[in-house]
Amino acid sequence: MSAQRRVVVTGLGATTPIGGDAPSTWAALLAGKSGARTLTEDWANTIPVNFAARVAVEPSEVMERVELRKLDRSEAFALIASREAWKDAGSPEVDNERLGVVIASGIGGVTTLLDQYDVLKEKGARSVSPYTVPMLMPNGPAAHVGLEFKARAGVHTPVSACASGAEAIGYAFEMIRNNRADVIISGGVEAAIHALPMAGFAAMKALSTRSDAPERASRPYDLDRDGFVLGEGGGVLILEEYEHAKARGAKIYCEIAGQGLTSDGFHIAAPDPDGNGVQRAIKFALADAGISTKDVVHLNAHATSTPAGDVAEANALRLALGADADHVAVSATKSMTGHLLGGAGAIESVFLVKAIQDRLAPPTINIENLDPAVTVDVVREKPRALPAGDIADQ
Amino acid sequence: MALTQADVLAGLKEIVEEVAGIPAASIELDKNFSDDLEVDSLSMVEVVVASEERFGVKIPDDQVTELKTVGDAVDFIVKASA
Repeated sequence: MSAQRRVVVTGLGATTPIGGDAPSTWAALLAGKSGARTLTEDWANTIPVNFAARVAVEPSEVMERVELRKLDRSEAFALIASREAWKDAGSPEVDNERLGVVIASGIGGVTTLLDQYDVLKEKGARSVSPYTVPMLMPNGPAAHVGLEFKARAGVHTPVSACASGAEAIGYAFEMIRNNRADVIISGGVEAAIHALPMAGFAAMKALSTRSDAPERASRPYDLDRDGFVLGEGGGVLILEEYEHAKARGAKIYCEIAGQGLTSDGFHIAAPDPDGNGVQRAIKFALADAGISTKDVVHLNAHATSTPAGDVAEANALRLALGADADHVAVSATKSMTGHLLGGAGAIESVFLVKAIQDRLAPPTINIENLDPAVTVDVVREKPRALPAGDIADQ
Repeated sequence: MALTQADVLAGLKEIVEEVAGIPAASIELDKNFSDDLEVDSLSMVEVVVASEERFGVKIPDDQVTELKTVGDAVDFIVKASA
């Protein structure tokens, strides 16, 4: 049997609440900037939470109107981030049958769904846009990117709530490792800042209600955290088979060496307080990569700023890493970007790649009083230098 | 009141520009919607619905496939408005 195919990252793209592309987002992240703002829409004051983290650069600033009118906002984000990532990868020459797309969404085109339902009620069925279905389907972002780059190895969309974006990158990783493709455009997007999803999250008591200071509302690990801040945008990574990247002289950011996937089997929304699923996922990822907890130096936590979730995850990290957690710099970047749901794992993967490149762990802002229940080493306020040489992130 | 060919052409140019992003100046009577103006079957639905609203006419679905060129659509709408 031939040697295991290796997977590397050769391109990055993003559009987030703190930057219109990956470099500006990364710079804002290192500077500790928050993307949360009071919403200006009429509906914002009809629901319990009137703030969120909208993208820093509106799609209309970088795309033509005629193209945008056939796209859901989530699809526009996917195209913007994919175009940037593809260019960053050097616009690789690749056999279309060896090119795939895996782009996730947590909720899909929910703003299209709701807007077109308004059209149906107000103007009747004949006025409903013929693009309604391709705009609202959760695989719409992946489909549009697949069409633009003529990907023929498969176009997929994992939907697994807040894990969707990370799962997409994992699926892409397996596609290359299993020899289904040589290059994959992978990532996740979300565009769910609308009255209904926000009212729904507010009903779950999942959102922060710190309306007087939106930029201070997302505060993972802080004693007074009271929920997450909904964000929008997306991130895209170009994954490429190592020999393929080497042969074309591509810039290689880093290697993806392994992954671990589990589920809690516990509750539809609440985390298992024992964090058993998180612990096993870390164990599997380390085993898959052939490394140990001693090799781990940085981790971008899910840490959404909810009272239950942050501590459950931190406990699980401590249990999974043991004493080695002492040398793992943990960053909670949702303190700045808000929670992008299906886009979260994708932009945070972009941040990990940038952290490896610059050897800097981004800060976690808004921690006024660290929750004493958090027993991991959280990077606060300023970025922290990471060691040189071969390092492992998660 | 019946619409004139010039009225309908001017209105249709605006609609096609809005839907497909084709500059109004390049939209002529002999242009084919799909081949020349890249108005695909879904965009054509938008053109039809917008035309019905604008010109106050009905364009039945079974007639839409007959409207191959801008001129076909202009003629249909002028007759329907009479």
